[in-house]
Amino acid sequence: MRQAKSLALMAPALAWLFALMVVPCALILALAFFRRGIYGGVEYTFTLENLALVFDPLYAGIFLHSARIAGLAALIAVILGYSAAYAIASMPRRYQPALLFIAVLPFWSNYLIRTYAWIVLLNREGLITQGLRVLGYEGEAPSLLYTEGAVITGLVYNYLPFVILATYAPLARLNPEIAEASRDLGASGWTTFRRVTLPLTLPGVVAGGVFVFVLSIGNFVTPALLGGGQFQMIGNVVYAQFLTANDWPFGAALSMVLIALMTGLLMLQTLASDRATGGATGGPQDG
Amino acid sequence: MTTAKNTFATAALTAALTFGAGAAAAEGLIISNWDGYMAPDAVDAFTARTGHAAELVLHATNEEIMGKLIAAGGKGYDVVFVSSPFAEVLHNLGLAETLDHGKIPNLANLYPEATTLAHDPGNAFSVPYAWGTTGLCYRSDLVSPAPASWHDLLAPSAALTGKTTMLATDRWLLAAGFLAKGFSVNETDPDKLAEVRDLLIAAKKTLLAYDDTTFYAKLVSGEAEMVQAWDGWCNYGIAEDPAIRYVIPAEGSDLWVDTMVILKASENKEAAYAFVNDILEADNHRWAAENILYKVPNQPAMAALPADLTELFPNMAITPATLLGYEQLRDVGAATRDYARLVSEIRAAQ
Repeated sequence: MRQAKSLALMAPALAWLFALMVVPCALILALAFFRRGIYGGVEYTFTLENLALVFDPLYAGIFLHSARIAGLAALIAVILGYSAAYAIASMPRRYQPALLFIAVLPFWSNYLIRTYAWIVLLNREGLITQGLRVLGYEGEAPSLLYTEGAVITGLVYNYLPFVILATYAPLARLNPEIAEASRDLGASGWTTFRRVTLPLTLPGVVAGGVFVFVLSIGNFVTPALLGGGQFQMIGNVVYAQFLTANDWPFGAALSMVLIALMTGLLMLQTLASDRATGGATGGPQDG
Repeated sequence: MTTAKNTFATAALTAALTFGAGAAAAEGLIISNWDGYMAPDAVDAFTARTGHAAELVLHATNEEIMGKLIAAGGKGYDVVFVSSPFAEVLHNLGLAETLDHGKIPNLANLYPEATTLAHDPGNAFSVPYAWGTTGLCYRSDLVSPAPASWHDLLAPSAALTGKTTMLATDRWLLAAGFLAKGFSVNETDPDKLAEVRDLLIAAKKTLLAYDDTTFYAKLVSGEAEMVQAWDGWCNYGIAEDPAIRYVIPAEGSDLWVDTMVILKASENKEAAYAFVNDILEADNHRWAAENILYKVPNQPAMAALPADLTELFPNMAITPATLLGYEQLRDVGAATRDYARLVSEIRAAQ
């Protein structure tokens, strides 16, 4: 009975997802198995050459390079985000909602505007340079924009709130008595953090990190704007296949591998967090 | 020259991925053009003059409208504005109407040169709307000596290193290399492509960025000092800073042509012909030259331009005969994939 009710409640959302998300995605992905028509478009003859091309050293290399950038962004975002969440969770309860609100506030503005803000800040004639000039700096202006560092900065900035939210929840839920017990038993603050707090909040850390990684590796706007088109991530290659090369089949093949990678990571993360929470509560999961 | 009006990538992607052809109901004429590429009141004025109902829809890139047209077999649109290589594709796919010149009397306004364009001699399926060159746009107050060769961009002096940009679109990015090497801008020979790739990878190390949309603003701010640019877009920089100059390098330029194509599947052909004819009206066509600072292939329209316009923007005075001396970008068919790969290799090189 309960199951029937929950099914009925879920049906509209599932139907929406299926009709407007799963089906269109499947239609695009299916193109991976066909040939590009000579003038663009799709020729419906079966082929595996698009998928084989994904593993060509050039594109596999771009995949690895994107993974490195996304991995660095995830690592930095986790360190910054976890610290911020820890600080917020240690504040008096009544300030916490306001602090969280401030942390996610930038998130409510448009992604492009946030990214352009970094251009205004970092470009050679930008605010940082002008600030330095006001302070009396006369030399050649530093070129901060259009570097790999600028791309990573943009990704970290844009996805940081995910980590803060994902790690704040377990940190705030953490029973302070557990940490007190650890200290009563003689552990230092650092040991308590390393052996008690961190393991108990690890699922949130992993979730935040995986979110940042997955969102970053497929990103194409930030590398295009902050990288000046000089740092090509796999998202840019997909974009180019659909919009400039008019090679939808190859774009679909790249997307398919990318989506498989992301889905695999998200599943691993769910698995890990299930096991972690399962271990923490010591009881079986009632799914 | 179209990616130029590439308003913004994300918008384009969303639009292109909207599967199928999202065409509006066939009420009146459907015209697809880049944003801001004709007078804001052009469509309303056309309706008022001719009584044909018409609606303007926008595309951000050639590729976006081509994706829709190919997916829908050319249905849902009556007149589209596309660059000449794409007009060629529409023709090759059998989607473009073979033009009945009797219904477009204003074709007489075109320069003779505009009726002999390599992609469509005799205007069998396309009518040129605007044309121009791709060259170097630079700050004459900062760059000395003035650039004269594509190699000045591809292997810049020490002072210019890190202060140049190149266009991001495959065809023009490669064209800079092809022209520097003295190859055709439609070269497909693998050895020559590899040579150009190496040249452009070396050039990449000296660039500030690849940029299709804001390069003239970078010149104005001083962030960049020399950029690869379409002549019309260089004019936007000149309008803000008279020290900005445009030069066609000694090795030459490509000739880009944006065109109007009537779709064979159009159910409003009379109105479509009337619209194309209306645009070719000297006063209407002059709007593009005066306001977007692109040369138009319309003799009376260009003749009626105010004299100070060509003084301010010297590239507006490039003659049709000079333009025809440059090679047009053509559709390269299967080699498009090689081009895309080449550009990926260049972009991925560190």
